[in-house]
Amino acid sequence: MMDVTSLADFGLGWLDASGPNSDIVLSTRVRLARNLQGHAFSPRIRDNEREQIFEQVRAAAEQHSALQGGISFHLSSLNTLSRRVLHERHLISRELSGGTGGETPARGAGLILGPRDTLGVMVNEEDHLRLQALLSGLRLDDAYAAVDALDEELGERLPFAYHQEFGYLTSCPTNVGTGLRASVLVHLPALVLTKEIGRVLQGISNIGLTFRGLYGEGSEVVGNFFQISNQTTLAKTEEDLLEHLAKTVNQVIGYEQQARQVLLRDAPAVIDDKIWRAYGLLRYARSLTFEEVMSLLSGVRLGVSLNLLKGLRVYTLNKIMIYAQTAHLEQAAGRALTEAEGDLHRATYVRRLLTAEGDVAPEEGNPGRSGGAK
Amino acid sequence: MLCDNCGENEAILHLTKIENNQLVSSHLCESCAAKEGLEPAVGSANLPLTDFLSQLGRSGESGGGPCAYCGLKLEDFKKSGRLGCSHCFVTFEGHLKPLLRRLHGGSQHIGKVYLPPNPSIAEREERLAGLRRKLDRAVESEDFERAAQIRDMIRSLEGAVQ
Repeated sequence: MMDVTSLADFGLGWLDASGPNSDIVLSTRVRLARNLQGHAFSPRIRDNEREQIFEQVRAAAEQHSALQGGISFHLSSLNTLSRRVLHERHLISRELSGGTGGETPARGAGLILGPRDTLGVMVNEEDHLRLQALLSGLRLDDAYAAVDALDEELGERLPFAYHQEFGYLTSCPTNVGTGLRASVLVHLPALVLTKEIGRVLQGISNIGLTFRGLYGEGSEVVGNFFQISNQTTLAKTEEDLLEHLAKTVNQVIGYEQQARQVLLRDAPAVIDDKIWRAYGLLRYARSLTFEEVMSLLSGVRLGVSLNLLKGLRVYTLNKIMIYAQTAHLEQAAGRALTEAEGDLHRATYVRRLLTAEGDVAPEEGNPGRSGGAK
Repeated sequence: MLCDNCGENEAILHLTKIENNQLVSSHLCESCAAKEGLEPAVGSANLPLTDFLSQLGRSGESGGGPCAYCGLKLEDFKKSGRLGCSHCFVTFEGHLKPLLRRLHGGSQHIGKVYLPPNPSIAEREERLAGLRRKLDRAVESEDFERAAQIRDMIRSLEGAVQ
């Protein structure tokens, strides 16, 4: 079979930074958890039942217009590296990737992805189906509309497990009801620098929302990226859950913008220096860990967003975030890399991308513009 | 400490109030508290699931399973935090309801109503009620494009009911 992960930017439509507020909001993800009647939940069923479910879901999904012409495959048919690449692209969970232990996922666990790769279904993870839409920027309504339409169609063909009181039934009680989890990935460097972030995060957890690191549940916060999502799924409508999250995220964006103005007003030289140091290290360093890249990228992204660094595209920064990860570097190298080798490959990759972007210019005397910038 | 009301289950809610200038303390179990309309604060939903699970099963031994369909025991659920199948929701209903109320602030689903393949009349009516709620909501928020879509869904479903 084809090696799906070697296709350029496969599953990475959201990288283009085309969505609203994309200098602060990287991506919006909405997923719906669904299970089929007449089968135990995925972790407790036999392999052949799982495979049967995968085929059923695939047949139903192929009829949905947004999934036609896409791809679908069993994860057990991929090698460990390809699964790690898919996980680094946020397309499958850590469990389905087999983690760093490289365990092969159970037979029947699979992924169905539409041709525009913003809409997909993860099959036989914790729930039989996880319908997912991933878009650039802050687009909660669009992302929900896409999964909702898919849910409507799949629900006509597949008998979903549903209960009058508890709603859509899921393996974990934290997902039951709507089965909806909406997450927005935000970049909040100024709130971190001004040490306001603790208060903001505390506020978020006090109003029924939760925050996580870059890779979802249990993951660490790196590069000042935070995933904000709804905590509860039951006893509220989908619209209420989304509206509550949207309102809060907009507030957080407002706080971040205020904090940026405070930094520019009170410590412009410090910020300017921080941003240019970050850029200089990324552009010229010879060995970089992933954590270091993420932390430096955070400074550069802030510089681009504040117009202090001109001529760099957010798309390039997004691309580095994905392709400078270990599994992606190993795939490009065509072999496994030791940690030290990985750091060298990473620095080379980052340098190559930034060099290709050309020289960036500070605000004053931009040589790239005729007449110079004011 | 046992519940003041039923005297059977472990009290989990401790209430102090002033009645006729007297300080009155009462101690209630999960189900009696629910009957009185008292629910633990939703704010506590920020505690991890494991904290809730560790308290499961203390409030009575009934309804401990195992699930007749998938064989899951209450003990298994406490350990993994995962249910085995949709029948578990019925088998462990007594344990789940208070847990769901604490996790989500309520146990009644008010979101999208599922319309299964070959639905019964009752299921269609249920779905219609859900769609009408969504329609009201869309009109309220002046999302007229969405309102028009929902109206179409309602019409086609009403046609099928008659």
